[in-house]
Amino acid sequence: MDILKEIAASLERGEDDRVAGLVRQALEERCAPLDILNRGLIAGMDVVGEQFRKREIFLPDVLIAARGMYAGLDLLKPLLAQEGVPSAGRIVLGSVRGDLHDIGKNLVAIMLKGAGFDVLDLGADVPAQRFVDAAQEHGATVIGLSALLTTTMPVMKEVVELVRARGLAGRVKVIVGGAPVSEAWAREIGADAHGYDAANAVERVRALVAAGA
Amino acid sequence: MRPSLRLLDAALIERILAEARDLLDSLGVEVHNPALLETLAGHGARVDRATARAHLGAALVDRALASAPREFRLHDALGRETHHFGAGQVSFTPGSAAIHILDGETGQMRAPVTADYIRYVKVVSGLPHLASQSTAFIPADVPSRISDSYRLFLSLLYGEKPVVTGAFTIEAFELMKDLQLAVRGTGEALREKPLAIFSCCPTAPLKWSDVTSQNVVDCATWGIPVEFISMPLSGFMAPVTLVGSLVQHAAETLSGVVISQITRPGAPVLWGGSPAIFDLRYETTPMGAVETMMMDCAYSEIGHSLGLPTQAYIALSDAKALDAQAGLETGIGATLAALSGIDSVSGPGMLDFESCQSLEKLVVDDEICAMTQRLVRGIEPKDDFPARPLFEELLREKHLLIARHTRRHLRSEIAFPGPVIDRANRARWLEEGGLTLGQRARREVARLIEAWQPSALGDGVKRELVRRMEGEARRHGMDALPEREA
Repeated sequence: MDILKEIAASLERGEDDRVAGLVRQALEERCAPLDILNRGLIAGMDVVGEQFRKREIFLPDVLIAARGMYAGLDLLKPLLAQEGVPSAGRIVLGSVRGDLHDIGKNLVAIMLKGAGFDVLDLGADVPAQRFVDAAQEHGATVIGLSALLTTTMPVMKEVVELVRARGLAGRVKVIVGGAPVSEAWAREIGADAHGYDAANAVERVRALVAAGA
Repeated sequence: MRPSLRLLDAALIERILAEARDLLDSLGVEVHNPALLETLAGHGARVDRATARAHLGAALVDRALASAPREFRLHDALGRETHHFGAGQVSFTPGSAAIHILDGETGQMRAPVTADYIRYVKVVSGLPHLASQSTAFIPADVPSRISDSYRLFLSLLYGEKPVVTGAFTIEAFELMKDLQLAVRGTGEALREKPLAIFSCCPTAPLKWSDVTSQNVVDCATWGIPVEFISMPLSGFMAPVTLVGSLVQHAAETLSGVVISQITRPGAPVLWGGSPAIFDLRYETTPMGAVETMMMDCAYSEIGHSLGLPTQAYIALSDAKALDAQAGLETGIGATLAALSGIDSVSGPGMLDFESCQSLEKLVVDDEICAMTQRLVRGIEPKDDFPARPLFEELLREKHLLIARHTRRHLRSEIAFPGPVIDRANRARWLEEGGLTLGQRARREVARLIEAWQPSALGDGVKRELVRRMEGEARRHGMDALPEREA
């Protein structure tokens, strides 16, 4: 089998520990680093993502494949210096002030990383100002806000208003999520998107990044 | 530890069996089959030919119980083993012999036809938790004299799973046996790898008709497994008390074991049944009544106490639609059946007092079967001790989503349901169409029919099945069988 197809197939089969070895082999066979990335690693992850959307595989399978992809990517990074390593986007993420629940937020962070995003996880109980500061400081184009309590949901509105007050609206998008959070709430406070679960959040963030590009 | 349900203690089982044996010895059982009466007499039964009554003494019953096999296996049309009865497995099969089908398009009950039966076989072929097909309903577009064999014919032509079936007449057995021989090749091969189970029903109270008793004899002769379907009707054709009905069930079923084993010692049998309470308010026989289910589980305990594999008509409903009653009655029945370790559970898909099959209910019930099969696997430690290393990993990594432990045990420890069970959050459920259970089930029925692959039986075998069935149809005045889709 073509070595690049073998890399993609290894990701699809969840053989994450084989991927780095195969990438090394591809380099020895003088494959171009960008080809290895696009036709091997990304092609494999595209199939994995599609299988996950169809519920043919589960979350752990996606994360295992992502781990394999990063193992391969680490080998390619020095060689891709000129072209630069492509990133799906940069996002600042956290549970809002007053909310110590972070399981859902952690799941979203894991999924976003698996999908190739740079994720700055601010943790739980994060004040509105810190989200916006971090987005500006690190050049993030998306802020992800999580809340489990109805009492902490208003902090999401504070973040949206602060983004507007600093003139970042349109350049920095806000996505909200969590058990009590709905699409209607997102519209009410002027957030750009609502993610109803971790997988959906990844799709919405991807769409926000694409729309902003 | 395998979770289990017990309804009877050992002393009560012993007393019920002792009373049943007393009934067989003192009152006897009516057998409307002169040849069989003579055979029974030849094996030591006291026979009153004037009343067609055979009194079965303890020695005869003991001999029959001693020779009845403790376990046997069933194989699909291609010869692959699918069931090992008596080995502690709980297998499910659709409820059988309905006279109606619940039309998925209209929601109305109507007489089923050939096309419905073929759709049924395609659906059941793709359901992973139904280990066999049954001849689930009776196509109304062929003469009634061939409707029993015609069901088996369609099942063998389109499906590979073994078949739970039954003959409506003595004559029909011959063709139904020949259809099985066409698949297996020889009588010896059929005996070695049984392909079907025949339901044979005594008549309450304590009676065997010529048809059903002869079916038992014929099945035993050919080594075709039999499930005895004793049907005491509590408060009507049986004592109103559950224990009294269990005595009757045991007596009728023991008499079936005797008929089978004197014909051929070692003939495979299931200690089965379909008892029911009688709802005097509506003059109906509710299969979804908890007392009906209790009798099923209790007689299975009695059968197991004798060392015999068991069967029951349970995990079905008396509802007229795929509604909440259908779900709760089927779910409770399947759960009780699985906890009781009933070897062969007949019921999925069935509505309206065993008279209506629903393909949509069948796919829902398949999920119920999956849940109950997971339940009886119980809770067992799997790489859980010592616990500390895994918790160290959890604290270090902050999750166990991709831990080796998770990857190794996820799919065996957690039974993920198919698409008819809704586990999405509300937003996702709405985004995916906000479908009701009935709508999801209809979609799944359509998907299974689309995904069906023809049976891998050889073309020569299929032609032989068609030749034999067409010959039988002509004998009963039909120029041609109803048209069949591919």
